[in-house]
Amino acid sequence: MIKLEHVSYQVAEDAKNKEILKDINLNIGEKFVAVTGPNGGGKSTLARLIAGIIKPTEGHIYLDGEDITELSITERANKGISFAFQQPVRFKGLTVKDLITLAYGEQLSITDACKYLSEVGLCAKDYIDREVNATLSGGELKRIEIAMIMARQTRVSIFDEPEAGIDLWSFQNLIRVFESMRKQIQGTVLVISHQERILNIADEIIVIADGRVTGQGTGAAILPSLMAPKEACDTLISKMNYSEQEKQ
Amino acid sequence: MDQLQKDMLEKISDIHEIPEGAYNIRYNGKLEGRNTTANIDIVTKTDNPGIDIIIKPNTKNESLHIPVILSESGLHDMVYNDFHVGEGADVVIVAGCGIHNCGVDTSEHDGIHTFYIGKNAKVKYIEKHYGEGDGTGGRILNPTTNVYIEEGGYMEMESTQIKGVDSTVRITNAELKDGATLIVKEKIMTHGTQDAQSHFKVELNGMDCSANVVSRSVADGHSTQTFTSEICGNNQCYGHTECDAILMDAGHVKAVPSLQANDLNANLIHEAAIGKIAGDQLIKLMTLGLTEKEAEEQIVQGFLK
Repeated sequence: MIKLEHVSYQVAEDAKNKEILKDINLNIGEKFVAVTGPNGGGKSTLARLIAGIIKPTEGHIYLDGEDITELSITERANKGISFAFQQPVRFKGLTVKDLITLAYGEQLSITDACKYLSEVGLCAKDYIDREVNATLSGGELKRIEIAMIMARQTRVSIFDEPEAGIDLWSFQNLIRVFESMRKQIQGTVLVISHQERILNIADEIIVIADGRVTGQGTGAAILPSLMAPKEACDTLISKMNYSEQEKQ
Repeated sequence: MDQLQKDMLEKISDIHEIPEGAYNIRYNGKLEGRNTTANIDIVTKTDNPGIDIIIKPNTKNESLHIPVILSESGLHDMVYNDFHVGEGADVVIVAGCGIHNCGVDTSEHDGIHTFYIGKNAKVKYIEKHYGEGDGTGGRILNPTTNVYIEEGGYMEMESTQIKGVDSTVRITNAELKDGATLIVKEKIMTHGTQDAQSHFKVELNGMDCSANVVSRSVADGHSTQTFTSEICGNNQCYGHTECDAILMDAGHVKAVPSLQANDLNANLIHEAAIGKIAGDQLIKLMTLGLTEKEAEEQIVQGFLK
C-alpha cells in the first residue's frame, strides 16, 4: 500500500517556483491502478516521486505505513518498488540477460530469464544475448523494460506510459501483457496511461490534471466523465461566453 | 611454475597451468618453457631477441599461447615475434604480458609482433596486458603489431588492458590485400595517473577488403588516453572505425579518427563518442536495487566486456 500525504513538488522556472504537484493525498491499494490525465498534468512526476528519483518539496510518502520520503532510489527499490521508464535506457555492452539478472537480484538460469521474456512476447533465444543498445527498436526495449519489472517481483510496480513510442502491432501485444498481469496480480500495479484499453482493465483510475487529483474511483465511476469531458466543455463554453460579453 | 607465475598466467591468458598445444613462455626476458606441434613450429631468432612462429598451411583448430611475464623490477625486455601463418590455416593465438613490479625501478616490455597471414588463412589473436605489484617502479608496456593479410585472409584481434599499466603506447599497422578482413576490438581502462596511447593505421589496398577497428575505453582518476585510427581506402573496400570512451572523475580522452579515401569506390565510416556515464543509466540500475557505485561498476564492466 502506497500513501501520499500532502505531497507537493515545485521546480524553479524563470526565477519563480512552479508547482507541478499540489497537495496530493492518495491511498493506492494492492490492485491494478491506472493514472491518467492530460499531458503536463503531473502524472510522471507522481511516479518519479514514488520511485525516489525526485523528492517532494512538501509532504510524505509511505510504503506499508513506513515513511520512505527520505529514502534513496536504491533503498526504495530494495523495499519493493519497481519503476519502468517511459523511455527505456540503452546500455552499450550490457545484454538482456545481464539486465534481467540484475533485476532478479541473483544469478538465474537461462530458462528462467527466458520465461520473463516469453511473458512479454519476445522470442527468448533471439534476445537473451542481445546488447540493450540502439539496435533494439522502441517496442522491443519497452518489452524488455517490462520483463525486468516482472523479474523483480516486487510489491509495487510502476509503469510510466508503457504504450508511449511503440507501434500499433507492439501495442496489441503490450495490452495482452497487462491483461495477463491484471489476472495474476500480486501487490500494487500502477500504470500511467492514456490508453482506453489499459483504463478498461484497471480496478481503479486516478485522474491527475493541473497538478491535482481530480478524480479517483472505479472504472465505472471515472471512465464516463473521461470519455465525455463535460466539465472541460462547460469551462470552454463559459470562457467563450465571457469573451463575447467583454466584446459587447 | 611458482604461484606468482601461475596467477599472472591466469590474468593474461585465462589459463591456470601449462597450456595444451604449442606454447612459448617467456619469464623475465628468458625462455621458461616451449612446446611445438606437428603443425606449429617455434624457432628462437638469431638476430634479435624473440621467436619465429611457423604455422603450416591448412592447420586447423590449433592454438598457440605466447605469454610474457616480468617480475624483476627494472627489467627492460624487448622481443620481436614473427608469425608466419600458412595458407588456409585456422588458428587461435593467445599472447599477453603481465608485469609484477614490487620494486622501485621501472619494468618495461616492448613486444613487436608481425603477422604474415597467408591466403584464406584465419587467425584469432587475443592479447591481454596487465600490471600489478605494490612497488613504486613504473609498469610500462609498448606493443607494436604489424599485420599483413594476403588474399582472402582474416584476422580478428582482441586486445585488452584493464588494470595496472602505467604507460602504454600501442601501435598497430595493417595492410590488406584482395578480399582480406581485419577486425579489431580494443578495450582499455586507465586509473590514477596512467597514460594510454593507441594508434591504428590500416591500408585497405585490395579489392573488396574490409576493416573494422573498434575501441572502447574508460578513463578514471586523472588518467589520460589518446586514440588515433587512420584508415586509408586505396581500392574498392569498406572501412569502419569507432571509438567509444567513458570519462570518470578527472579522466581525459582524445579521439582522432581519420579517413582517407584514395579510390572512388572506397566506403569509409568513422564514429567517436566520449562522455561520462549517462545519469539515466545510473538511475535505471538503481531502481533495480543497485547502489550508485554498483551501478557504475556494472556499466563499466558491461562496456568493457
